[in-house]
Order: sequence, then structure tokens, then C-alpha cells
Amino acid sequence: MKKKKLLLFIGPLLLFIVSGLAIKSAFFVDGKLAYRSPAAEQGERWTPREQALEDEAAATEKANREKPYEEAEYRAFPVVGSRVAIWVVSQLHLLFAAFVLAVPMFALTIEFIGYKTGDKRYDDLAYEFTKLLSVSFSLTAAFGAGLTFMLIALYPKFTNYLAHVFSPTFLPYVLLFFAEAGFLYSYYYGWGKFSARVHLFLGLMLNVVGTCIMLIANAWLTFMSTPSGISESGAVISTWEAVSNYTWMPINIHRVIANVAFGGSIAGAYAAYKFLSAKTDEERAHYDWMGYIGNFVAIAGLLPLPFAGYYLASEIYAFSQTMGLTMMGGAFSWLFIIQAVLIGNLFLFANWYLWLGMGRIEGAERFRPFIKYLLIVVTLCFMVWATPRSILATVEEVQAMGGSSHPILGFLGVMSAKNTAVNILILTTYISFLLYRRSGKIPTVSWAKMGNRIQFGIFVAAASIVIFYGVYGYFVEAAVRIKFSVPQVMSVLLAMILVTIIDVLLMRNAKSTETRWGKISPISQYVLIMLAVTFTWIMGLMGYLRSGLRQHWHVYGVIRDTSPDAFTPTLGFATQVVSVTVILFFALISFVFWLAGLSGKKVTAAVEPNPTLPAAQGLRPVGFEAPATSSVATTSGGHQAKAGSSPDSGGSVQ
Amino acid sequence: MNWIIILVVLTGLVVLRRFKLGMLAWLGVWWFAALVFVRFGFDVAVPMSVVKLYMGIVSLGLMAYVLSDRNRLKQVQEPLVALLTERSHAVLLGVIALAIPSAVAANIYFGMTAPAKPPVFGRTVHPAPPTELNVFDKEFDLVSLDNPYRHLEEAEPEEFATRVAHGREVYYENCFYCHGDLLAGDGMFIHGLNPIPTNFQDQGTLPILQESFVFWRITKGAPGLPEEGGPWASAMPAWEKFLNEDEVWDVILFIYDFTGARPRARHEVDH
Repeated sequence: MKKKKLLLFIGPLLLFIVSGLAIKSAFFVDGKLAYRSPAAEQGERWTPREQALEDEAAATEKANREKPYEEAEYRAFPVVGSRVAIWVVSQLHLLFAAFVLAVPMFALTIEFIGYKTGDKRYDDLAYEFTKLLSVSFSLTAAFGAGLTFMLIALYPKFTNYLAHVFSPTFLPYVLLFFAEAGFLYSYYYGWGKFSARVHLFLGLMLNVVGTCIMLIANAWLTFMSTPSGISESGAVISTWEAVSNYTWMPINIHRVIANVAFGGSIAGAYAAYKFLSAKTDEERAHYDWMGYIGNFVAIAGLLPLPFAGYYLASEIYAFSQTMGLTMMGGAFSWLFIIQAVLIGNLFLFANWYLWLGMGRIEGAERFRPFIKYLLIVVTLCFMVWATPRSILATVEEVQAMGGSSHPILGFLGVMSAKNTAVNILILTTYISFLLYRRSGKIPTVSWAKMGNRIQFGIFVAAASIVIFYGVYGYFVEAAVRIKFSVPQVMSVLLAMILVTIIDVLLMRNAKSTETRWGKISPISQYVLIMLAVTFTWIMGLMGYLRSGLRQHWHVYGVIRDTSPDAFTPTLGFATQVVSVTVILFFALISFVFWLAGLSGKKVTAAVEPNPTLPAAQGLRPVGFEAPATSSVATTSGGHQAKAGSSPDSGGSVQ
Repeated sequence: MNWIIILVVLTGLVVLRRFKLGMLAWLGVWWFAALVFVRFGFDVAVPMSVVKLYMGIVSLGLMAYVLSDRNRLKQVQEPLVALLTERSHAVLLGVIALAIPSAVAANIYFGMTAPAKPPVFGRTVHPAPPTELNVFDKEFDLVSLDNPYRHLEEAEPEEFATRVAHGREVYYENCFYCHGDLLAGDGMFIHGLNPIPTNFQDQGTLPILQESFVFWRITKGAPGLPEEGGPWASAMPAWEKFLNEDEVWDVILFIYDFTGARPRARHEVDH
């Protein structure tokens, strides 16, 4: 046996030595037999060729020594080019940053609910959300550093100009970043180790600092599109004016809301992933509830988003009509058709999830017949919302239509129809939510019938106002029509507020049936994941639109893009880049999910419910009823000493 | 709208309600009814790109309808499972197994034997104008430019009418060959043009444009279209070479007057 082992060792060694000797001998013989010029044979050192090579090397060395220093304007990135490289890295940075900014917002809100109600399940849920932050924060920072280095390396002249304008904001940004790291890690690792109020304060400061960082970064990127505070040659006149440019505040508002919607959807996708891989009913119940709240946050953010988008678009028009026309009627208008399809999907998925959610509530059967009608309304509004004004058509089709818009469907392609469709979509989604909320409740107040009628009347009135202004918009000129969106939006918002108030009063002391958390169809979890993917895709597409609107300018009208990439890519190429970025993001966020799952594997002890807790029910937002057991897979330990379940645990309602 | 088709579809749906169709069959009926309505329910055929878009949304809606309820899903699954597993359905299964590749083959055959056509592309109808325009040896600021004769509409209606009449002459001497007798983009040259000329009767054209935009388009034509967002397949001549400034403004007055459209006011965000 020993001999065999020795042979196994010596054999390869000998083979290696023999091979080396053979190669060495071959080179030796080749050197001896190689052709030599007569001059070399006669002992002369240099052939003319060797002399020429020597001279060339000397000339090159001399030229290198005398080479003057030149500032590079651009450097190339291998294979995909500089623009695509920057595009992907900045988009990934932004997606993780949006997630890192959004999660603390609703984690803090949920923690606060837990603090006020004394219900530990909310605290556990907030901690579960926060678990996702730690790795995401590191990835955000890593992509941020990557983006900075790539900007310096690939676009040095432009980066230098941005530094010229915004250098006073750099130091505060760095300091705020340190502060955010401090607050984030003390918020995460300090869970259960500080008093509740101190911990809530840490969460609040994490949100404040995070938002301030976003405001600074927003100033840089909005300045690129709508510069202000500079002279005609680009010299800085006022840094504050450069910061508070035309689109700064609209982007701030739009991003805060969109971040919440995006963060909610990603957290929902995490819950879906955990639900689908859950082993026990307790785990399923917990992650079903978590997914529900993630979806609730996402949809709450989605509903006001179109109006924030209108505000941003109107500011772009106000800054430059050319840019506005490029966006809505020009080269980028087709992106809005894709966006419309994706937003229609979001509304459909949101409603679909709520309908599936009714499956977990006893007594929801009585609302099932309504789903058919809600679905018809959602589908019709989706079709109107996605109808293009200028249609992709063959020559024959264009000739038959007499232009690029259809004589009848063309009416659905304008803003009057779009505004009407989106407002009805919002109203329908709210009705789906209301039906879901009322599924497990039977009102006991004496005026229940009257209350239902009033609620129905409010919905009819709001829908009538929306449709009236939608139709009337076709008979007035654009200047008047654009103002109709205000009463349309206000009627929908007012209806939602009034109906909610009536519903809360109507459901006081209502009889409750059981909500079987975890008993939802697994299809719902795939719907949650589809919601997250769609949100991410929309963010990528609209991010490209906002940035691409500058066209051949780094800073619109100030620093011209003279690189080889100074052209607007085709829509197909742009969507491919965005799609690849979305895939990369989900690959990375899956890694984050996996790590977050690892951190929760150690402690799985469920906390005994404490039925003596005060209710404080009124503080709980509509639809946030917790499952009986939710302290699954958490390590927080909880900072609320009076942890336990509230009297309505098990899905009963306030 | 093609009311006969719509009536046939509705009648068909009502008649089918008398039969005890399963959920799977109803899904097929609804999908097919939607397809017939979208494809044939309009007097002017809906382009295939929109038909596909609508049917995609309808399919998604039907999928959501089935998958949002366990009973409905079961009702759809049961006949499919029976088709695949029960011996009594062997013939039908065989027919379906043959029909699917046959349909694919037929699709390929008809696709390959169809006459060659130019590719379909999304036309950007309203290109972004420049901020300044150099024409007739003058510099025009397109952001603030107004039709110098628009104010005559109220101040001096007779003079305005004369201008419009002059614009009419200019139009029928130069523009109607492409843009048509009734300004509907259907002139005699239309068969040689792709894309076809702008239809001024379309309410999505003149009312959403300022007169300065139309002035830019007429004077500079296809050669003056911006590089961004190309390619611009347009045969519009640069009329600055054939008309003078007054003639351009007058023809603008005429096309708005003839179609009853009002020029778009400034600082609006619509469309």
C-alpha cells in the first residue's frame, strides 16, 4: 500500500522532470541548428533589422519622456461601452438606495404601532423588515463607490464640472452618509437593547438622515436635466439655485413616494419567498401577514404616484417645451406606452392579490360575485390606459385609418381618457380593498344599511364626476382640459377618505369571523413577486427616460456629450439594458433575502400571547390586523417588555 | 362601430347562456368574443399591434379571474386533467395533439409566403422643435413666436377673412396634392407616400400644436427635422424656398379656420 502511494507521488514528479529536460534539450538543439545571417556568423553584433528595432525602441522611449500631459475627456469601457456600464451601475445603485431609504419608513411606522398597541408582533415584523437593510446598505454603498469611480474614470471632464458646481455639497453628503451608517446599524443591532423611545428616535433619525442624503443626490441629477444657478458659460452663480433647480422638488416628492411603493413591493416579495419556503403553519401565517402589509404599503404608495408624476412632467415642460415635447410627443413617447402597460399590470396584480386574500377570510364568499364586475372595470380601464395615441401600424392600416391614430380608438389615446381610466382604476382598487376589509365583518350598528347606501352613493358620485370631466374634456381646448384633472383627482381622494371614515364607524363592535393567515392560495405569493418585478422594471424604464431626455447633453444646454455614445439608443436596446439590470437586481436581492434568512435561523421561539394587554385598537391602520402568531424566525428579543398578542388576535377586527 | 358584428357577438353570448357550459368553455367563449369585437367590431379595422395589446390584457384579466378563486381554478383544471388522463377523450386528445403543430406549421407557411412589406415602426408624430428658427433671413424665437395676424380675428375680422382666403389659395396651389381637398391627409399623392401626410382634421393634430410649431414644420419641412428620434420618413418640402413669410402665416390661419381648430395656448402640459 505504501509502495503504491510512493509510486503515485514519484511517478508524476519524474514525468515533470523528464518533460522539462526534453523541452530544454529541444530548445538547445533548435538554437544550435537555427539559421544565422552571414553577418552574425562573422561575429557582427547587429543586423540591420535588429538595429532598426533598437532605434525604434529608443525613439518611442524618447517620445514617451517628452509626452505632454493632456486631460482626457472620456475613456472607454471594454465590450459594452461607457454609457451602458454607467447606466447599469447607477441603476443598481439607485434600486438598492430606494430600498434602503424606503424600508426604514414603514419599519418605523410598524414599530410605532407595536409600541402604541403593546403588541409584540408588530415589533417583530418591523425587525423582520429591518433585517433586509444591513446587507442592502452595504450593496448600496458598494455600487455608489463603483459609480463614483466609473464616473471619474470614464467621464472625467463631466465629473470635474459637476464637482465644480456641487463641491460644497460633497462634504455634507459624506458626513450624512456616516451618520446614516451609524443610525442604521444602531437601529438594527440595538433592537431590544435600548428603551423603546430611544430606539424609535434612532429609527426616526435614520429616516431623516436618509432623506437628506437623497435630497443632495437628487440635486446633482436634476441639475443635469434642468440646470440653473449658472452663467451662460456654465460658471456657478449660486450653488443653492443649482440645487433647487426646476425639477429638484418634483423629483424629491416623486422619489419619496415611489421608494415607499418599491420598498413595500420588495419586502412583499421577500415575504412571498419565505412563505413559499415555509415549513410550518406558524411561519406561513407570519409571512402571509408580512406579504399583506408589504403589498399594502406598495399600493398605498402607488395610488398618489401618477399625480406626483404629472407634477414632475409639468415642471419639465415649464423648463423647456422642447424637452417636454421630446418626452410626451417625441422620441420618448413610446416609453409611456410600455409604462402604461406595466402600471395597468400593477393595478391588476394589486386587485388580484386582494381577491386571493379573501380566500383566507371566513365569510368572504358573499363578496365573490362582485369580483367579476370589478375585474371587468379593471380590464377595460387597463385597455384605455394602454391605448396609444399614435399607433404602430402597417402602411395599409395607416391608410385605412387616415393617419397614425384610429378614428375611434384615437379618442382613448388622449389625456381626457387616460385621466378618467386611471382615476376609475384607483377607485376600483380601493373598492377591492374595502371588500377585502369587510369580508370578515358583519356590522352591528343600527344604521348599517343606511351607511352602506351612503358609501355606495359616494362611489357613484365620485365615478360620475370623473367620467363627466373625462367626457367634457373632449369639448374644451387643452388649456381648460388640463385643469379638469384636479376635480377628478380630488373627487376620488375625497370619496376614499369619506368612505373610510364611514367604514370605521360602521364596523365598530362588528361581529368578526376568523382570518386564517397562511391559508391563502400560493398563487398570491407569485402575484406579490410579479408586483415587485413590475415595480422594478418601471423604475428602470422611467429612470432611463428621465436621464435620456437630455439626449446629447451631459448637462442640458451646458456640457455637450461628445463621446461616441452621444446618440439616443433604440427603444428595444434601452429595454434590453433595463431588463438585464432588473435581472441583476433580483439576483442580488435574492442573495440579500438568503442572508436575511440565515440571520433568523438561530432563534425561533414563539412568544406567549398576553391577553391582558390594552387594545389601543384605534391606532392601527386600516387592514393591519395581525395573525395570532407572528414571532417566527426573528432574533429581536423585542424591546417591548409587555409583549403579547392583542385581544383581536387570530384575525379578528377592531 | 360595426353594429352588426357587435349584435352577433352579444346574441351569441346570450344564446350560449342557455347551454350548460363549463368554466373552461366560457373562458374560450369570452376570449373569442373579445377577439371578434376588437378585430371586426369597428368600421375602420384596428391595427394588429393594438389587437395584440388588447387581447394580451384580456388574457391577463381572464387568468386573474380564474386564479383568484380555488373553485374556478378547479373547474378549469378538471376538464383539462380529464382530457389528458381519461381513455374516452383519446380521440379528442389526438386531434389536439395534431392540431397544435399543424397550426404552428400553417402560421409559418402563411408567414413565409406573405408578400414582403416594409417594416412597421413607431412614428413620432410631433418632433421636438428647436428653440430658435432661422428662416427668411430672420431669427425667430419659437418659444415666444405668435402668428402676427392671429389678433386680426377679433380686431379686424374683414382683414382676417382676407388673410384666410389668401391662405386658402396658397393651400390649394401647393399643399392639397398631399394633404387632400378636405385637409384629411388623403391627397392624390398619398399612394406614393409612407407614412402618409398629416391629417389636419384629426383632433389630435392642430389643436395640440402652437402656431409657431406649425410655422417651423412648414418652413423647414423634412430637411429641417431634428436628428434626435430619427429616422424621419417624410417627403414634406422645405417651403421657405417656395413661399414667403406672409403666405406661410396665412396658410396656417386657413388650416386652423377650415378645421375649426384653435391653436394651443402656451405653457400647457397636455398630451
